Amino acid sequence: MSTAAFSTTADNGAVRQPLIEARGLVKRYGRVTALDQADFDLYPGEILAVIGDNGAGKSSLIRALSGALVPDEGEIRFDGQKVHFRSPLDAQAAGIETVYQSLALAPGLSIADNLFLGRELRKPGMLGSVFRMLDRKKMQRMAREKLTELGLMTVQSINQPVETLSGGQRQGIAVARATAFGSRVVILDEPTAALGVKESRRVLELILDVRRRGIAVVLISHNMPHVFEIADRIHIHRLGRRLTVVKPSACTMSDAVALMTGARAPQELAA
Amino acid sequence: MTDTSGEKRGMQAFETVLSQQDTRVAEFEVHARSPLQMLQHFLHGNPTAVPAIVLALGVIVFSAIVGPRFYSAFNLSLILQQVTIICIIGVAQTLIVLTAGIDLSVGAVMVLCSVIMGKLAIAVGLPVPVAFAAGLATGAACGAFNGLLVVRLKLPPFIVTLGTWSIFFSLNLWYSGAQTIRAQDVAKGAPFLQWLGTPVDLLGARLTYGTFFMLGLVAIVWYVLNRTALGRHIYAVGDDPDAARLAGIRTDKVLFAVYVAAGVICALGAWALIGRIGSISPQAGQTANLDSITAVVIGGASLFGGRGSIVGTLIGALIVGVSRSGLALSGVDVLWQEFAVGSLIIVAVTLDQWIRKVSA
Ligand SMILES: Nc1ncnc2c1ncn2[C@@H]1O[C@H](COP(=O)(O)OP(=O)(O)OP(=O)(O)O)[C@@H](O)[C@H]1O
Ligand SMILES: [Mg+2]
Repeated sequence: MSTAAFSTTADNGAVRQPLIEARGLVKRYGRVTALDQADFDLYPGEILAVIGDNGAGKSSLIRALSGALVPDEGEIRFDGQKVHFRSPLDAQAAGIETVYQSLALAPGLSIADNLFLGRELRKPGMLGSVFRMLDRKKMQRMAREKLTELGLMTVQSINQPVETLSGGQRQGIAVARATAFGSRVVILDEPTAALGVKESRRVLELILDVRRRGIAVVLISHNMPHVFEIADRIHIHRLGRRLTVVKPSACTMSDAVALMTGARAPQELAA
Repeated sequence: MTDTSGEKRGMQAFETVLSQQDTRVAEFEVHARSPLQMLQHFLHGNPTAVPAIVLALGVIVFSAIVGPRFYSAFNLSLILQQVTIICIIGVAQTLIVLTAGIDLSVGAVMVLCSVIMGKLAIAVGLPVPVAFAAGLATGAACGAFNGLLVVRLKLPPFIVTLGTWSIFFSLNLWYSGAQTIRAQDVAKGAPFLQWLGTPVDLLGARLTYGTFFMLGLVAIVWYVLNRTALGRHIYAVGDDPDAARLAGIRTDKVLFAVYVAAGVICALGAWALIGRIGSISPQAGQTANLDSITAVVIGGASLFGGRGSIVGTLIGALIVGVSRSGLALSGVDVLWQEFAVGSLIIVAVTLDQWIRKVSA
């Protein structure tokens, strides 16, 4: 599959409808404007990297797309339909899963409990429907499978509380949760920031896997080699808004860094 | 946002990540632990171990000091009867504490419910099932009122329930006219309300239905907390409410449900209270508030939320009962019972702090 297949509409003339399309998002925190008329487009089946300096508003942007934050202004379309995500649950129902920068794990609960938090499996039959009994065996088995698949089975037990894990292991749990449940879009906010070299590799492979299943991926990262290796398009965020979108094939890493730090203006390089 | 790169802001983000990567090779180093750290880890993983050990020690020590009068089946069953109320109210308190809250109104809700049940059945003359249901509904309404203030107005539970404690207690005094309904009147007009006081003789011990009711309630709440999704969500909400919300849990609903459930359990406590003392008094159960918190804290629950168990609370209530009874039978003045219970709380909270500091 060539990256050209995922380029913007302009390239091949065929009008492709974005899976997620956001226009004019604004989010203010008191006097800080985290999002300042930000636009965003994600096309089906692509890997879109979002890069930008610290505090550029990348996390705020994806939190608006995942329902974790309700923007003050602007509109979001999903599959062409206008949507108003009031909570992460709404976005999850639409098939959007997110690995937050804060990871969003309950430290006292076990790995298995965390993987299924909010969508626990119940036993079949009366036990499940009337007595609401959880199918713990099944959840533990699936959790173990998922972590093995991720190459993250360095954990001792699937029932150990998440607070006993290292930062990298926790990140692995959060990535496993999002990729296991995302059916349309998987959003990852710096998923490899705390990971070792080997584990980062696994996560990159996993992202490619997710794309192969036809699921679109939004990847926020400060790691330029990673971004240039796997992204189909790169959304450059600066001062609360989208500065431009570039294709990794049409630009170098130092170009991208120059753009996101404001050392260069976008006109010369726009994709 | 939690960001690790604060001190590196001077660098290009690009460089930051590159420099981070080199240092990330040795992730899982194993370091030797001292015996004390091993104990800390063990207690961290087995939070009910401490109260269980304390309870066993308490029984052994008092058996040694007091002798057979303490460990007779008769006395042990008396202790069980005495802890029934503390334990039931403690179950309600546990649910609230698990969500990082605290409920100071539990005792007042219980007394208010008992007065409503008694007055409607005996003075007003409503059918007993109706009066009983009205009592349960009152408990639910009180819990819902607390829950609404905590969830909707985002007020701290401590302040909310400090206020509603006085409110519910005044309502109780007003509605009862500060009058006690005598035990014989209850027995005549609404014997069902005293049903939990029915004695059962078992292997030389005299228990009441109330004891079994308490154990049944503990079992049900244990099941909900450990075997259902709602239970997992209660722990998650108490542990880290933001994480729970981001994971897709309706934290508001969970929190509200917990307050309503606590109110209903207090109403069930009212039923057990009538069974225990026979009469219905607006002044009864005054110590239930602090005793329930004591049981929960001694039982290993953390006031910071997300940690604790219902079995711990049962054991905590038993510890309170055992130390009260043991001290009384040793001939120690009542004031030292309060002293002992107070000390137990301080020790339990200190221990909790220490265990929480466990290095992962
Ligand atoms: N909850 C909040 N309250 C107040 N200000 C906030 C909040 N969240 C974000 N901000 C502010 O909004 C701006 C954008 O933050 P955001 O987290 O979106 O940046 P980012 O691009 O993800 O940065 P990083 O690369 O450091 O993760 C920052 O100035 C930040 O201080
Ligand atoms: Mg961020």
